[in-house]
Amino acid sequence: MACESWNAKLYAYVDGELSSSDAASLAQHLRQCTDCAAEVLERVQMKRAVAVVGKRYQPSAQLREKVRRSLVKSGQRQGSWAWKIVALPATLVLVLSLAVSLYVDHEKTLRQRVYSELTDLHVATLASASPVDVISTDRHTVKPWFQGKIPFSFNLPELQGTDFTLVGGRVTYLAQSPGAHLIYRLRQHEISVFIFQDRGDETAALASAPVSTLSFTVEGWKKNGLRYFVVGDVGAQDIESLSKLLRDAG
Amino acid sequence: MEVPDERVSAATFEELALPLFEQLYNFAHWLAQDASEAEDLVQETYAKALRAFSAFQLGTNFRAWMFRILRNTFLTSRTGLKSTSVSDDEVETIASTAPNPETVLLERADREMVRQALTELQVTFRETLLLCEVEEMSYEEIAQVLAIPVGTVMSRLYRARKALRALMVEKFKGAAHGV
Repeated sequence: MACESWNAKLYAYVDGELSSSDAASLAQHLRQCTDCAAEVLERVQMKRAVAVVGKRYQPSAQLREKVRRSLVKSGQRQGSWAWKIVALPATLVLVLSLAVSLYVDHEKTLRQRVYSELTDLHVATLASASPVDVISTDRHTVKPWFQGKIPFSFNLPELQGTDFTLVGGRVTYLAQSPGAHLIYRLRQHEISVFIFQDRGDETAALASAPVSTLSFTVEGWKKNGLRYFVVGDVGAQDIESLSKLLRDAG
Repeated sequence: MEVPDERVSAATFEELALPLFEQLYNFAHWLAQDASEAEDLVQETYAKALRAFSAFQLGTNFRAWMFRILRNTFLTSRTGLKSTSVSDDEVETIASTAPNPETVLLERADREMVRQALTELQVTFRETLLLCEVEEMSYEEIAQVLAIPVGTVMSRLYRARKALRALMVEKFKGAAHGV
């Protein structure tokens, strides 16, 4: 395809909005065409400049506290009838809500620790020279490879008709526990899927929806005694759709 | 951030909405260009969203929903009402008068120049660019926030980028002439 026809698609390409086949052919074209490559570079630089400059304004701690309190307050109002019935003193309510918020904070800290560890694993693996130990797009090759290497088995979804492709897998560890690390590709992005045994410990600290940390999105859930985590730099919707495929397969 | 049916009962509004606090504030500040107005906008957004949460449609993108409430709150605010809107049928005119891409531009331009250009960009363009570059939303998500079709998102982004580049070229020339 000539440059003119690609030109209209360059922004969709740098925005990660091209279909995987289009993106692959454009990448091929970019290797041969310095004009288009320079154009793409310029657009990526502009994107990066706006992203850096755009993350500019930080809210004050007071505002955060104000918003948080307004939400907690409305939550208490909904449940206030119960307290009237048992006529507990207001001080007890305060003590209880403090304990609850401490517990919630504790849960969040645990979750953040697990999520940041998984994000580190994801980044470190992609940065390594050989990210996967078993290279195959076939789930029937990748799954048996893990036999004898990790103490559990799992099912992988059929990806026909989706934009996801399986790249391969490797054995990984989280909190001294062995697990499977699978890498999927969506457009130009790599997504990590981690599977561990559910040991009822800190890996239990899951969010109820995808959580964004440092421009990575992490989603986690528990099924059939296994813990699943999906980590990637794609949008929450893409993480959700891969998670759904995995949930349906597992 | 779609919320599957089985989990929505367990997920409280607070758990879903608070992680978005910093992103929403940054966006509000860029829209209003004023710290105290941004604070008001964020507080009002959370209050409105909390009231409307029971009507939140399952399967809808929660983040896009929150940003949409914030943006609507801004549009009805004093500053928002004064901000100019843009019609979406001028693609060709703008594209043909836009300067040619200059790779050197960004290498020489400093962050302050990018910031100034972004500040001067009209609100409609600024918000679309921020949702794409800073929030890293997909075209589909941006379409949900702005309540416009995906095709319009693409043309707005195109024009926003051209306009930003034109502003930067202008600033660059100004700086070169010591203005």
